[in-house]
Parts: sequence; structure tokens; C-alpha cells
Amino acid sequence: MQLPPALCARLAAGPGAAEPLPVERDPAAGAAPFRFVARPVRFPREHQFFEDGDVQRHLYLQDVIMQVADVPEKPRVPAFACQVAGCCQVFDALDDYEHHYHTLHGNVCSFCKRAFPSGHLLDAHILEWHDSLFQILSERQDMCLVEGCTEKFKTSRDRKDHMVRMHLYPADFRFDKPKKSRSPASAEAPGDSGERSEGEAMEICSEPVAASPAPAGERRIYRHRIPSTICFGQGAARGFKSNKKKTKQC
Amino acid sequence: MWSRRQGRLRPTVCGVEELRRRRREREAALRKARREQQLVSKRLLRNDAPEEAGEGCVAAILGETEVQQFLRQAQRGTEEKEREGALVSLRRGLQHPETQQTFIRLEGSMRTLVGLLTSNQALLQLEAARCLHELSHSEQSTVAEACLPATSYLLTYLSSHSSDFIELCLYTLGNLIVESEAVRRQLLPQGIVPALAACIQSPHVAVLEALGYALSQLLQAEEAPEKIIPPASASSSILASTLPQHMLQMLQPGPKLNPGVAVEFAWCLHYIICSQVSNPLLIGHGALSTLGLLLLDLAGAVQKTEDAGLELFFFQKQPSLLPEGLWLLNNLTANSPSFCTSLLSLDLIEPLLQLLPVSNVVSVMVLTVLCNVAEKGPAYCQRLWPGPLLPALLHTLAFSDTEVVGQSLELLHLLFLYQPEAVQVFLQQSGLQALERHQEEAQLQDRVYALQQTALQG
Repeated sequence: MQLPPALCARLAAGPGAAEPLPVERDPAAGAAPFRFVARPVRFPREHQFFEDGDVQRHLYLQDVIMQVADVPEKPRVPAFACQVAGCCQVFDALDDYEHHYHTLHGNVCSFCKRAFPSGHLLDAHILEWHDSLFQILSERQDMCLVEGCTEKFKTSRDRKDHMVRMHLYPADFRFDKPKKSRSPASAEAPGDSGERSEGEAMEICSEPVAASPAPAGERRIYRHRIPSTICFGQGAARGFKSNKKKTKQC
Repeated sequence: MWSRRQGRLRPTVCGVEELRRRRREREAALRKARREQQLVSKRLLRNDAPEEAGEGCVAAILGETEVQQFLRQAQRGTEEKEREGALVSLRRGLQHPETQQTFIRLEGSMRTLVGLLTSNQALLQLEAARCLHELSHSEQSTVAEACLPATSYLLTYLSSHSSDFIELCLYTLGNLIVESEAVRRQLLPQGIVPALAACIQSPHVAVLEALGYALSQLLQAEEAPEKIIPPASASSSILASTLPQHMLQMLQPGPKLNPGVAVEFAWCLHYIICSQVSNPLLIGHGALSTLGLLLLDLAGAVQKTEDAGLELFFFQKQPSLLPEGLWLLNNLTANSPSFCTSLLSLDLIEPLLQLLPVSNVVSVMVLTVLCNVAEKGPAYCQRLWPGPLLPALLHTLAFSDTEVVGQSLELLHLLFLYQPEAVQVFLQQSGLQALERHQEEAQLQDRVYALQQTALQG
């Protein structure tokens, strides 16, 4: 198909479409046996018209699979330690360090040093655990953890019910532990069920091994009366000691 | 990120012919799958080449004991490297469908894997996610459905800050989405749409491409037009989210346009638009102007090469381009005197006629576009005459395809009506004989006869 050579220049330079020619239809144009009618055409998704394009699309997706990935070996560097106070993790690849940093030091609560996978969960945690004004003023504290859902609930039980029923979240969702659950973190063994065994609330999951025993903590029913700055036992320990869930103790 | 991973091709053991044969086979399989509405393709991120892994050809299939062993080691090992190594071995084994089946049948295996995925050990997390990714690639819906316990976590991690991890989660989600409706029925209430909408603001190109992929799989779903796209479906609605605006942003032509990303979001838009749910909404977001500008930009890139042969090559590689382009032309010209006038004033009639021999489908569409012009009346037909149109029509009358001939007859009728001088020349160039050929054809008879009468009376 040879386009007029001047076309590009004209399209680039031209001020716009020419004045449209006058339209003047003769009724005989559409008279039988002729049946042409100018009309825009729509094709539904499954129409065969899109077959070629769809096939192209899927070949494109598959082509990438056929090719062997050529990711170079992770660039190794001389071993270095994470600079965050209290973390002694050592790395020899920048990618690994980046992932470690974002996972464990990225969204950290400055009050209790817990780390969360996302800013959203961190925000929810701070509101629920550390914002005393919020706790005093609002009856409903526990917000739904699903991004985009604005529901709030009086108890963590209600919140959990909501997340399970409405959002089909697992009942043992690891980032939704009620505050009352202070039992020792136990092994993440298969078959373990129930939130009580999962250790501290809303934390990146503890190691299956060697959890420190936790003394009985605050009872939930007193939450409104005892300012959050006062912690019993375990809370204080958390404040001074680095997150005991780190892999290496310094 | 596919451009990063699209490294060298494996040194070909087979020749070019073999490759072509395989490609034709794959194409045929895809066409068949599409007709059966079973069109499913997935993406797989795999970082080590079998050769580089130094394990001989391929990782071995793992038995139940081995899977259990690796899981236990990963979960309870003391040395971090040991735990990571166990997961790597598991992941390699999971490349095999047999190992995948063994894994999902093992009680507690997914639970353990999810535990590792959500552990505070970053490298274990990554390896666990890679294991999930291998599973997501399975062609068996049972395997995909076995991954359901992990989806809430995959979604949670979309809001994390590790771009490699997010990318992996997105491709895994995309693979799971396309495999089974059960997965989609869970992911929608779990908030996948808001999660994607939050994630689309990432500055990382690799993440965006992965997101586009996952979204395109979601939109390709059969139930998408009813349950996923419409604004009324509230929290799980694509159109009610901020996704359309972001998608269009990523299709803006210019130096920031990334081809890999743009391809994915273009497909997303296609699925949305051809679902015909609420296109005015998209137009309101500037879809038409963005897409128009992009098309111009791309066409300009092709034109720049100034090699006449390249266009043909282009059409060969992308056979759907011509019909789709002509479809666009039809919709533009059908009800618009402006566009019809532009076609004429830019001398595009002759180039269009050059497309007639390409295929029957293309012929019919070219003739339809020309009919759109001709039916606007004498002012338009005057510009179609004299010129290459009549000889071209005489040529298409020699085709055997009924639809092509039928459309030619329609165009002739309009030409005779609005430009009667054409009749004489038609007769002189053996037009009547060309018509006679189709006298017996049921679908064409009436029109052939009518044209013969017009010609003889003229």
C-alpha cells in the first residue's frame, strides 16, 4: 500500500479537516434490491473478528515463557550488616538486603517496633494500639484490614467475623491478631489453628523456634481505662529489647 | 520485567523450519482454544536456567517423602542457608506437574508454605513466593485452587515496598486468576481491585508490567463484563476505581512510554471496551484522544523508515492490523461527512484500492468504507470519478466470493446513481459481461439484474 508521499507533510502541517462536502442523498440509493446502509459496527468480545488479535496476544505471553531467562547472577558484594539498630542480619547481595529492609524495617511502628508488610496495616495498628485519644473517643476502633473497605468494628472479634464473611479472608489471618492474645508464640506447625497460638498480634510471624514466654498481658476489657503508654511485662521488654523475632540476637 | 528476562534464546537445537512448524501448531491450538472459550495463557518467572543450575538437564521429580523433608527443613532448620536451600530444592521440584500434585495432596503443605511466605525471614519469604509461583503456573485448576489460602497474603504484600516481591506476587496472582473462577470468586471480595489500584502508583516499570498482566487476566474472565467491570459492582469494580485513569496515563505517547507496560494496559482497555459496559465513562477520562495520539505516534514510527516494503512486512507479522484498521475507518466514516471528505482530500482512495487483493475480508471492508463515502451523495461521488475506482470494481466483480461481489454491486449502484457518466464507461469496459457471471447466484441475482437494467437504460 503506497501512501501519497506528501501525506505526512500535509497531516503535519495542515490546519485541520477540510470543510465537509455537502451531503445530498437520493431515496433511490437505499431502494430494494440494494441494501447498503452506512453504520458503525460493534463486535462483542467473543466475536471471531478478534481471533487473530487474541492469538497474537497469547503467542506473546507464551513466547516469553519459551525463552530461557537470562537473569545474571545477583551481583555479590563484600558481606555487610544491616545498619538498623538491633538488627544483625548480614548480606552479600544488595537485592537481598533491599528485600530484608523493606520487609522488616520498612513499616515499623515507632512505639512498639513491630514491623508490618504495608503502610496500611501499620496505620491500622497505630490507631488501634497507640492512639489513646482515638481509643477514648471512638467506640468503634478496629477497622477492616482490607484496603478499600471502610468498615469499623467495636471488637476485634467483630472485625474478624467481617473479614471472614465479607472478604473471605482466612480466620487465622496472620496480620490480624487480637491484642488479648499474649500466649507464647508457638510453632507454625501444620494443623495449628486458632489465633491464640500465634503469638503477638499483627506482627510479622514469629519464628517457629524459640519464642520467649510472655507473661500475662493486659486484659482486653481494661483497654479503655489503662493508657496505652503503660505496658505490663512483655510490653516493657519489647520497648528495650530489639524485636526478639530477629534471626540473630546481637 | 520481561525485557529484562527476555535474554538470549536457548541455543536452538532445532532449525528454523522446526520453529515455524511449532509456531503454526501453537497458533492452531490457540485458535481452537479460543473457539472453545478456553483461551488461557500464563507467564512464568524462572530465574535459573537448567544448564546454569548444573543439575544435568532438568530438576528431578520429588516424591512425597522428599517434599515433606524439604518443608520440614525449611520450617524448622537452624541454619538460614539450610532453610533457604530446602525451599530452593522444593521450588525446582515443583517445576514438574507430578511434584505439584504430590505437594497439594500432602496435608498441611500449603499451610507450611504460607507460614514461610509470611515469616520475617526475607529470603525465605521470597523462596516461598517462588514456590507458589511455580504452582500458579500449573494447567490444573486443582493446583491453582490449592493456592487459595495464600491469596489474602499475596494481596497484602502488594502494598509492601519490595518491588521484586510485588512483581512476583502479581504474576502469581495473574496466573491464578486466569486458571479458575473459584479463585476469582475469592479474590474479588478479598479486595484485589483496590489492591491493584493502590499498586498502580508504583514507579517501578517491572511492577507496572506485572500489574498490567494480572489485570488483563482478570478482565479477560468470562464474567468480567457483569461482575468485574461495571461501576455498579462497587468495591470490586474496575470502572469505579482509579485504574482507568492510570491505565490511560501509561498509554500516553512520549519518552516515558514503556512498550512492555503499554502492551499490557492496551489489552486491559481492549477487554473493558469490547465488553461494552460503560464506554462513555472511558471517553470521559480522555480515552479517545489518548488512544488516537498513541496510534498516530506508532504509525509515525512506521512511516519514518520510508521503506515501502516494511509496511507489508508489518501486516504479515500482524494480520489483524488491516481488518482492525479498516474497521476503525468504517466507524469513523459511516456517519461523518467530515471524515469522508478528509479521505477524499488526502487522496487516500487509491491506497485503499490497493488493499483489495489482500483477502476477501479486507476487500469487503475496503468496499464498505468506499460505500460510506459514496452514499453521501453526488458531491462525494464526483470526487470518486474518474479515477481508479471503476477499474477496481470491474476487477472485484471477477472475484468468486459472494460477499465481495455483493459489496461491489452496492458501490456500483451508488456510483451509477450519483455519477451517471460512469455507466457509459462501465459498458465500454465490458461491465455487462462482468455482471453476467453472477446472474445465477441467489444472493446476487436481484442486484445484478437491477444494475443491468440501469446500465442498459443509461
